[in-house]
Amino acid sequence: MSGTEAVFWFFAAVAIISAFLCITRRSPVASALWLVSTLFALAAIFVLLDAHFIAAIQVLVYAGAIMVLFLFVIMLLNLGRAGPTDMLGWAGRLVMFAVGALLVVELWVLVRIVPAEELQLPTGAMVQLTEQEGAVRVISEPLFRGFLVPFEITSILLLAAIVGAVVLAKRKL
Amino acid sequence: MLLGPSLGVSAILFSLGVAGVLLRRNAIVIFMCIELMLNAVNLSFVALAQQLGREGQVIVFFVMAVAAAEAAVGLAIMIAIYRHKSSVNVKEINLLRG
Repeated sequence: MSGTEAVFWFFAAVAIISAFLCITRRSPVASALWLVSTLFALAAIFVLLDAHFIAAIQVLVYAGAIMVLFLFVIMLLNLGRAGPTDMLGWAGRLVMFAVGALLVVELWVLVRIVPAEELQLPTGAMVQLTEQEGAVRVISEPLFRGFLVPFEITSILLLAAIVGAVVLAKRKL
Repeated sequence: MLLGPSLGVSAILFSLGVAGVLLRRNAIVIFMCIELMLNAVNLSFVALAQQLGREGQVIVFFVMAVAAAEAAVGLAIMIAIYRHKSSVNVKEINLLRG
């Protein structure tokens, strides 16, 4: 096993164990903090997969902004204490984990995917591209050329989300 | 190559997210499980982008923007519901039930 693979499996284990703890902890704050741990582990895996800029915004946007929003709402609604459990009963838990296991078995076919030969980039192409153009330009070049219209639509979506959030959370208009 | 293992990890994380949505009744935790599923999909996008070109990473960028918008609106809805019901337990949010 190479060094990269060892690091990958370490962070994969961290991500999966944290995700499991996230869905099983009773207190929402504990769930949120385990989710942050999952997100950090995923950011590390993104670096191993040559997506440096995505890893950076994973930490900034997900682990930073979105999770702070979650924690803020949990604190605002005063749900931080671990109350009586909100999970289903034992029978329900068994059924749900069986459903989850079934889904893993179904999705496991993905592991054996090999992209068509003519679509594949040569080995190390992304590393080379990142070294030539820099980590940000790898994303920004297609973003502002091929994906310009989706980018502008996203900005409108975010504006609508801001207005919607204010309208929904306001006590009286 | 890390493509196969990454897609496997992605599958496990997605299934954990689904199990969490089905298992929990706290609406905020359900939201966090949805974020977990979005992240699992992001992982498979990035893993495939390494082999098939950088457009996959651009899609991840859009997924993150949509997730941020969804979290903001969803949490505003949580606050509005809590104001009416004093609870975010989805068992008690049954206004549309016949």
